Amino acid sequence: MRHWVFGAALVAALGVVPLVTSSEFWLTFFLMALLFALLGQSWNVLGGYGGQFSFGHALFFGLGAYATGILQVRHGVPAWPAAIAAIAIAAAVGAALGALVFRYRLRGSYFALVTLAFAEVARILVASFDYTGSGFGILIALAPGAGNFQFADRRVFYWLAWALVCLGCLVALWLERSRFGARLIAIRENEAAAQALGIDPLRTKTLALALSGAIAGVAGVLYMQIFLFADSHIAFGPTMSVEALLAPIIGGLGTAFGPLLGAILLHALGELARHATGGAPGLNLVLYGVLLIVMLRFLPDGITGLARRRARG
Amino acid sequence: MSLLLPSIINGLTTGAIYALVALGLTLIYGVLHIINFAHGSLLMLALYAAFFAKTLLGLDPYAALPVLLLGFFALGYALQRWVIDWASHGRDQNILLVTLGLALVIDNLALFFWTSTTRTIDVPYAFEVVDLGVALVPLPRAIAFVGALVLAALLWALVGWTDLGKAIRAVAREKEGARLVGIRVEHIYAMSFGIGTACVAAAACLLLPTFYVTPQVGYAFVLVAFTTVVLGGMGSFLGALVGGLLLGVVEALCGLFLGESLGQIGIFALFILVLLLRPTGLFGARLA
Amino acid sequence: MLEAEGIVKRFGGLVAVAGASLRVGRGEIVALIGPNGAGKTTLFSIVSGFETPDEGSVRFDGAEIAGLPPHAIAARGLVRTFQIVQPFAGLSVRENIAVGAHLHEASRRRALAAAEEVAARVGLADRLDQPAQALTIAGRKRLELARALATRPKLLLLDEVMAGLNPTEIDAIVAVVRAIRDSGITILLIEHVMEAVTRLAERVYVLSQGRIIAEGPPASVIANPAVIEAYLGHGAAARLEGASHA
Repeated sequence: MRHWVFGAALVAALGVVPLVTSSEFWLTFFLMALLFALLGQSWNVLGGYGGQFSFGHALFFGLGAYATGILQVRHGVPAWPAAIAAIAIAAAVGAALGALVFRYRLRGSYFALVTLAFAEVARILVASFDYTGSGFGILIALAPGAGNFQFADRRVFYWLAWALVCLGCLVALWLERSRFGARLIAIRENEAAAQALGIDPLRTKTLALALSGAIAGVAGVLYMQIFLFADSHIAFGPTMSVEALLAPIIGGLGTAFGPLLGAILLHALGELARHATGGAPGLNLVLYGVLLIVMLRFLPDGITGLARRRARG
Repeated sequence: MSLLLPSIINGLTTGAIYALVALGLTLIYGVLHIINFAHGSLLMLALYAAFFAKTLLGLDPYAALPVLLLGFFALGYALQRWVIDWASHGRDQNILLVTLGLALVIDNLALFFWTSTTRTIDVPYAFEVVDLGVALVPLPRAIAFVGALVLAALLWALVGWTDLGKAIRAVAREKEGARLVGIRVEHIYAMSFGIGTACVAAAACLLLPTFYVTPQVGYAFVLVAFTTVVLGGMGSFLGALVGGLLLGVVEALCGLFLGESLGQIGIFALFILVLLLRPTGLFGARLA
Repeated sequence: MLEAEGIVKRFGGLVAVAGASLRVGRGEIVALIGPNGAGKTTLFSIVSGFETPDEGSVRFDGAEIAGLPPHAIAARGLVRTFQIVQPFAGLSVRENIAVGAHLHEASRRRALAAAEEVAARVGLADRLDQPAQALTIAGRKRLELARALATRPKLLLLDEVMAGLNPTEIDAIVAVVRAIRDSGITILLIEHVMEAVTRLAERVYVLSQGRIIAEGPPASVIANPAVIEAYLGHGAAARLEGASHA
């Protein structure tokens, strides 16, 4: 119970950040943390609750970002419908991918590898055709206005991201309190036993991947609207896939607030590294890697797991 | 048509290197039943080691091979024993994540220290060729091809005919049983990981004269190696060898017909297809 | 209620089940016994959909179910337990049982309430909030039973729910199983504990080398020479006969 209260307090505190500070630096810092918390929650739905570790979640993030961009730039679709369509596309690809790879019973390391391969295929394809911006990426023209899903005031994006993170946490809390979630968790714990009790693993995991894809798609759309630019390396690159899985693993797998906690911690660490080294590339990822290894050794259940262990005494 | 045969031969020489990298990976998988995500990063590290051996010490990659072989064996042994096993509590999914963490650390440290500059070495024999009648093969590639096959044969002999090999096979098949008869399983795990890592060092030395090194180069190889291993059947030596050669040819042909960047798709497409349709690989046989 | 006809299952060159047939009528407790490696668990796996038979048919409530996936068979009311218990280790006893209850109950609140009821029936009421991995072997066997029971099955397949238990624990489980039957659930069980078989089962099938070699009430089956030979080896029945005459 205590970590639930802690999670709610964390979310509430993040909600008032723009009221407390007007510093562009801190606003951007927490906005990015929220964005990656959302991506982490997407991974958490499938990996944390469903036990299926994806190494290619950049696929869904990239689909969200690229689909909304392409619909606006190439087809003149207004920003909001484009965003909805992009999220739907990410969810549909999640469902299709799930139906394919789970039908062939890929699990564990095999599932991780095949998701990675799909993300890489997407990255190469996107970089190969002019329609998808080839090597240049997708650039949305600057046109501030609520109707264009572009806000000159960064705080609007901040609160939007915050609201979506809240929604993500609610999805996770729903998983902990619903039949669908109970089925998904049962599959994570023991697939054969779950099946013997009447649970359809293919259907359940596929739905989870579609849900996860939709949430990652939301994160991708938000990223695109904030930066108005994405290229294949950013959106579909392996670094994005790694960011997606680090936040929930550091924060606490299969917990509602773990991804948020993990994302804030990781970004604080990354920011510190950048300051300490004067912006050398990659050092934040070195720290992430070390943190991941050390966490697995000493806190295999993440930070939330530590809090829970304390609470149980 | 005139391009086809040289492409295939070119693919075979690349494929031999793939096979060597994949042999290391498949040995580790066959014994520890884990996928070593850091395998490509270790290859990258070995390429840098060979590069600096040449540029700082003036040591030819072929001469550096025995030294690197030993050095990377020790590195692999230590990584398994004191990092991977230490951090993962022996849980499969954690092992995957620990090796992912290792890859992150190694890749980005390389980026930090050596920047993303593409580096190559100059060797006097770089432009010599071997005339096969139907095609001209650069000498270093021919050496790499033969060297990779010889090393593969040596590895096969090591696992098949020595006491160490017997212990490795015993652990691969039934680790608890092996423990009961007095085999030190943790030691054998680390030995296998060390030997697997040594394969990567050998591949690096054979590869560098005709290749380049950047901090990202391992990433390209790790997926190719996974594909090879999955294609050949996890834990199968013959499979890794044939799979590697096949993959080299597939890549060369895809590159020929689809162009450089789309050519890479061929490998991933093959990888996905094999994973979906035949996860036991073309040669289902395991190390055990 | 359950009719399995001419079931054949091969694994490579090994014939695990070689044309076995059995029937279970509504409200019965039927036992499937046989020496180790006779193919009992394989037969269970086929009936519950975890394996597809190479030949033969499985009819449940008059409908063919061979080849259906396990979850579809469970949804029809035929639910198995596992010989090697398969708890959801990270979940509490209550949550474990609720997974079963969710088969016919969408509401989380009602599934958790149902879990409490079922736990009381199998004697796990005081363990509801413990993690499943903290249970003893006897506790895990009960949990396995409870989860299956919570799905409100028509036919329960119990795979060695008494193996590894002490006599007191066996007495308790025998009473639980009988109570389950009395509540209207048909039971087919694999069991090695003969004493429990004779106390519980109305009919017994004996499986040996993939074939049913005897069928009938427990007392007559146990006295059957073919059965004794299957368990103790060729000629054993004659030797036993000789020994009792001497």
